Amino acid sequence: MWKNLPLFPEQASSMASQVDGLYFLLVGVSAFFTLLIFVLVFVFAVKYRHTAHPRAEQIEGSLPLELTWTLIPLGISMIFFAWGALIYFQEARPPRGAMEVYAVAKQWMWKFEHDTGQREINALHLPVNRDIKMIMSSQDTIHSFFVPAFRIKQDVLPGRFTSTWFHTTKVGTYHLFCAEYCGTEHSGMIGEVVVMEPTAYQAWLANGGATGTMAANGKELFTQLGCATCHRSDTQGRGPNLTGVFGKPVQLDDGRTVMADENYIRESILNPQAKVVAGFKPIMPTFQGQVTEESLGALVSYVKSLAQPQQKAAGGAPQPGAANESN
Amino acid sequence: MATAVQVTVETENYLNNGYGLKSWLLTKDHKRIAILYLISITGMFFVGGFFAMLIRLELLTPAGDLVSSDTYNKLFTMHGISMIFFFLIPSVPAVLGNFLIPLMVGAKDLAFPRINLLSWYLYIIGAAFALVSMVMGGVDTGWTFYTPFSTTYSNTHVIGTALGIFIAGFSSIFTGLNFIVTIHRMRAPGMTWTRLPLFCWSNYAASIIMVLGTPVVAITILLVALERLFHIGVFNPALGGDPLLFQHLFWFYSHPAVYIMILPGMGVISEVVTCFSRKRVFGYEFVALASIAIAVLGFLVWAHHMFVAGISVYAALVFSLLSYLVAIPSAVKIFNWTATLYKGSIRYDTPMLYAFGFMGLFTIGGLTGVFLASIGVDVHVTDTYFVVAHFHYVMVGGMVLAYMAGLHFWWPKITGRMYPEGWAKLSALLVFVGFNLTFFPQFVLGYMGMPRRYHAYPPEFQVLNVLSTAGASVLAMGYVLPMIYFLWSLKYGKLAGPNPWNAVGLEWMTPSPPPTHNFDETPVVTWEAYDYEHQPDEEVTVGH
Repeated sequence: MWKNLPLFPEQASSMASQVDGLYFLLVGVSAFFTLLIFVLVFVFAVKYRHTAHPRAEQIEGSLPLELTWTLIPLGISMIFFAWGALIYFQEARPPRGAMEVYAVAKQWMWKFEHDTGQREINALHLPVNRDIKMIMSSQDTIHSFFVPAFRIKQDVLPGRFTSTWFHTTKVGTYHLFCAEYCGTEHSGMIGEVVVMEPTAYQAWLANGGATGTMAANGKELFTQLGCATCHRSDTQGRGPNLTGVFGKPVQLDDGRTVMADENYIRESILNPQAKVVAGFKPIMPTFQGQVTEESLGALVSYVKSLAQPQQKAAGGAPQPGAANESN
Repeated sequence: MATAVQVTVETENYLNNGYGLKSWLLTKDHKRIAILYLISITGMFFVGGFFAMLIRLELLTPAGDLVSSDTYNKLFTMHGISMIFFFLIPSVPAVLGNFLIPLMVGAKDLAFPRINLLSWYLYIIGAAFALVSMVMGGVDTGWTFYTPFSTTYSNTHVIGTALGIFIAGFSSIFTGLNFIVTIHRMRAPGMTWTRLPLFCWSNYAASIIMVLGTPVVAITILLVALERLFHIGVFNPALGGDPLLFQHLFWFYSHPAVYIMILPGMGVISEVVTCFSRKRVFGYEFVALASIAIAVLGFLVWAHHMFVAGISVYAALVFSLLSYLVAIPSAVKIFNWTATLYKGSIRYDTPMLYAFGFMGLFTIGGLTGVFLASIGVDVHVTDTYFVVAHFHYVMVGGMVLAYMAGLHFWWPKITGRMYPEGWAKLSALLVFVGFNLTFFPQFVLGYMGMPRRYHAYPPEFQVLNVLSTAGASVLAMGYVLPMIYFLWSLKYGKLAGPNPWNAVGLEWMTPSPPPTHNFDETPVVTWEAYDYEHQPDEEVTVGH
């Protein structure tokens, strides 16, 4: 019976117990106030029913009481606010060194690509006890990446990257839902997140059919599209040298400074005139329509790799296997 | 139809001063316009309810097997649109507010009777656009019309439906304008602001939102139409737009709109609780000002619908904080109504039973809103059935119960007849039980992670969905029953007399149904609102 009627979601991320903790406090406080109102209404309604209490006593009000039931709920809600905000701050800030997975959402499927190059559809294999950062974009309308067991949800938008992260804590298979209504097969835009022991994950990666890491694929594209002609790895290029740029502030020619994050790289590829680096001419053509969402991910991954002394391993060494795709 | 009312009392009143369709369709009498609205929104309520029944039937089984995915998506969209734009928003203001505000302030009519009639015609034209779009195949964007889905990807009747909402929006602006001017300018001598019934205060607060907020949604709808028809890039990033801009504009109206829906209901509760406790309201000023606080703060919380949409962390923080603040005035109201019961002399007539139901369900609805204001929890539960349950607890458990309380309370005033008390009590019970059975399981489903707007769902969610569907059928009976006995009462109900509840308030000092000009002489007010101290209880005769 209980197997068919679960009443509480599994906890499979480090965030889950924190969200549940606040949730239980909210349930407790809400239950208290609901019962308080129910009991007061019930007791007054019975005790002062007109047959037992034929003449009402007129009471104008009471400032102390008004202040009490204004300030106490206010105080309690400020505790909820602060606690909820603290959890949110953690959710909004991926830790350094998180393993990165790129996701492209479209009507009506999820496409994932691991840093190490393995691709999968409507399934996401991950190692247990790792920080995972999802970098996501949509090919069409708005979708939302929702894994109830992790207690995280993030809308996936067309035209920009959004990201979220979680720390896996428990081996198992969990629901992945699209939580933002996206058309006909919205409720079919589901999948599973498979959290595995590290050894099993390594074995899965080895069979993952990767044809080179994302960064390596990105580098290939970088050359193919001719980016490398201007963005040279010395100071002679017509465009800025991209080595070491990612994750650092960039001075623009209009005096502003922006952080070189995933969305900045994306914008610079698709709408290069929007933010031109100081000291360079606005001569770069747009690549709108020439690069797919997947290629954008690979290019971003490559630019990222240029900022690191060496390619970090994502859940283990990349193992370009020759086997079929797992899906 | 209300035109069939046979009034046996021979004095002239607003119902017998003219017969025939023309006397209704060209009327400028606020009371007749209220009846026109009552008939129209009841129609839309049952349209929306029919869609809801199909949704609940589909969700009996995990597989999407009763209707196709496209049909299902249209059902929840059209359920939302019918209920929100064509039932909930006009419900209390356009029916009860139209009928009662001039009576309550001691005026002969609203300030602009012609605009009042025009507002009903606009409503009808808007509803016609929406209904024709539904008949032609419907719309599948969700009532929220999120872009770029609505502007680029949906192949359904987006423009027709959106135009219907656009037109109906002006009907709501006109109603709000009429209420604001009437309450400012047309109060009877002695009817000071602090003697004004709280029903007027809360409708006044709702009117401010209608007048200031509705133009924004009108503009937003136009922009959607421009992008959809002419590919002018506003919201779709592929055309150079920003999809989140739509969400900001939409919720700038649509969050305050939930206060348009609930505030007038709160006004009803203040009238009913005081009458059936025979007491003045506890903390009049606080209840009155809480309405204004809700109206003002309600404009500053819209982005709490967007915590996972991709807004900045600091924006989310500010909107979370403000969302907590807007919860406080609602809590103040609940506490004051509870305190009003203390040492009262309480009767359990149907309006009061509905008001009790309101107090319980609105408390749960409000408190679960606090869950959603807390960003850390909201990330998990937003866009799940938790939100669906919360919204229905506020809008059905709160607003619809308040509307039912008001309809029963003022039915004798509107029609001159009493409804059958026994059947009415049964309906209140059915609605309360059916409602909780329908929507409480959805809180659990939501925390479990079942997303909203899902045609098919994983099998482990089935038991709770079956409970919910079972509850919905009880709820449906609770709605159909009043429909039957209200109609029955028009002919067979006991004559009510001017004041069956022995209530205070100017509307009870004129005959039922009221004469066309409301009062034979302009009343002069020398007493506080809810002056039950000077209203002896012994005269109560009819309806008990």
